[in-house]
Amino acid sequence: MSLEYAKNDWYAVADIFCLRDGPRRTRLLETDITVTGPAEDATVTDDQGNRYPVQLKFDHVWTTLGDSPRPLFDIPEGDEEGRRRVPCGVVRVNCSPLRAVENFLDIAHFPFVHTDILGSEPHTEVSPYKVAIREESDEVWATQVKFFQPQAAKSAGDGIVTDYDYRVPAPTVAVLYKTCPPKPEAQDVIAIFVQPVSETVSDVWPWMALYDDASTFSEMAQFQHEIFVQDRSILENQRPVKLPLDPKMEIPTRADMTSVAYRRWLKKRGAFYGALRDGA
Amino acid sequence: MTAFTLYNYVLSGNCYKIRLMAGILDVKYDTVAVDFYPGFEHRQNHMLALNPAGTLPVMTIGEQVLTDTQAMLAWIALNHDPSGTWYPAADPMLGPLVQQWLAFSGRLTNSAGLAGLHSMLNWPIDGEAARRAAIKDLRELELHLTDRVFEGKTWLVGDHPTIADIACFPYVALSPDAGLDHDGYPAIRNWLYAVRSLPGFVTMPGIHHLHELREGADG
Ligand SMILES: N[C@@H](CCC(=O)N[C@@H](CS)C(=O)NCC(=O)O)C(=O)O
Ligand SMILES: [Fe+2]
Repeated sequence: MSLEYAKNDWYAVADIFCLRDGPRRTRLLETDITVTGPAEDATVTDDQGNRYPVQLKFDHVWTTLGDSPRPLFDIPEGDEEGRRRVPCGVVRVNCSPLRAVENFLDIAHFPFVHTDILGSEPHTEVSPYKVAIREESDEVWATQVKFFQPQAAKSAGDGIVTDYDYRVPAPTVAVLYKTCPPKPEAQDVIAIFVQPVSETVSDVWPWMALYDDASTFSEMAQFQHEIFVQDRSILENQRPVKLPLDPKMEIPTRADMTSVAYRRWLKKRGAFYGALRDGA
Repeated sequence: MTAFTLYNYVLSGNCYKIRLMAGILDVKYDTVAVDFYPGFEHRQNHMLALNPAGTLPVMTIGEQVLTDTQAMLAWIALNHDPSGTWYPAADPMLGPLVQQWLAFSGRLTNSAGLAGLHSMLNWPIDGEAARRAAIKDLRELELHLTDRVFEGKTWLVGDHPTIADIACFPYVALSPDAGLDHDGYPAIRNWLYAVRSLPGFVTMPGIHHLHELREGADG
């Protein structure tokens, strides 16, 4: 069982908004916990009274249940001057946390699931891009991903070819950097922080750091909600529910290059929480 | 000139009723995005001043404010449906029947709608109670629609789609997202299909276009 491995990662369990009306009762890796605000000085305890370490980062409260946690990754772009940071709340999805990350990395579904927003027919072609497991940081990266998008962001007027870089800094986190329509020299940052409730239930915290002076907070957050909830029913209907790590297990069309690299990387690390293992 | 302003949240089934009716009748409108979630802006003072009930949607027509979704549907139909079939208000039997199903749609908001908010956004309510109430409402609707099929009819009331169909559609269509699938409800499935085929139909997250259904995506 890989619960022990998972316990030594950090997970978002609250955002800066959700503790205002009282503590958040939630579940992390099958352990019931209570997150008590204020966010700047939050505590996380379980029902036995154990207290877990806390850090506030990317507008979320992070905790770990393990004794020797791996360090929490950084997203330095998030702190850049002029960016607007948009924590989008939490969406419950009945899916494996690893499935949620894998779906976020997949661009081929854009025209069919996010029709007329992130993709449209006949522009369904995904041109070749680069995928690497970066040894120094031990992260999965997909770079030079190009895709035609009818409405790449709230701030985009017309359709544009969007450049994406994707990054997986931890098993249940995915970050993307994409062309920023009003500021071509910069990239927008969008991430999902997945709180694994169990191997088959995920609380997903989408987060963005954008250059956009024209949209309201609500417009930016709703843009993300719309996209994420379009994915939700797809995610809840994927079978098997857990992510297969054996390459023979699934039809290769969905398993694009990034997904193949992600699965290999999980396997190499022993990050099996939410995964279907070979022969299992 | 737009016809009205909609205070809108993209995942709200009640807001979607207005977007759907306006789409079908080709009515142009403005939107104001309200931070329903995570900000709960609908419960803040400036929104309560507009709608003391603290719910979405809110619709403004010039200075006039409407705060009940079903009233908004009535307004759109009475002002923008030249055929007069979407809201047969003056018909001595159809008018009252439309009212009855509009009221039923309010029950759906509090059963299937709340079940959805609970399963998706962790809404702090008794999710199981909402789901049980939703199943009861879905069965009642299934029974009615089955009777209608035996009468050779497609819609909830009369021979045409009405605002009652629009009002009942969203939370029924979205119920799989709350863990309530449509497998045991063949008449509901047919009716959802009929609503989706209406010219001008628009989608919302969780409710797809018909061609996606034809290709086998789960609806
Ligand atoms: N009776 C109202 C109810 C509308 C309603 O309940 N809307 C939901 C959103 S779909 C809402 O605003 N809920 C407020 C809340 O739960 O905080 C109507 O039909 O207009
Ligand atoms: Fe998606």
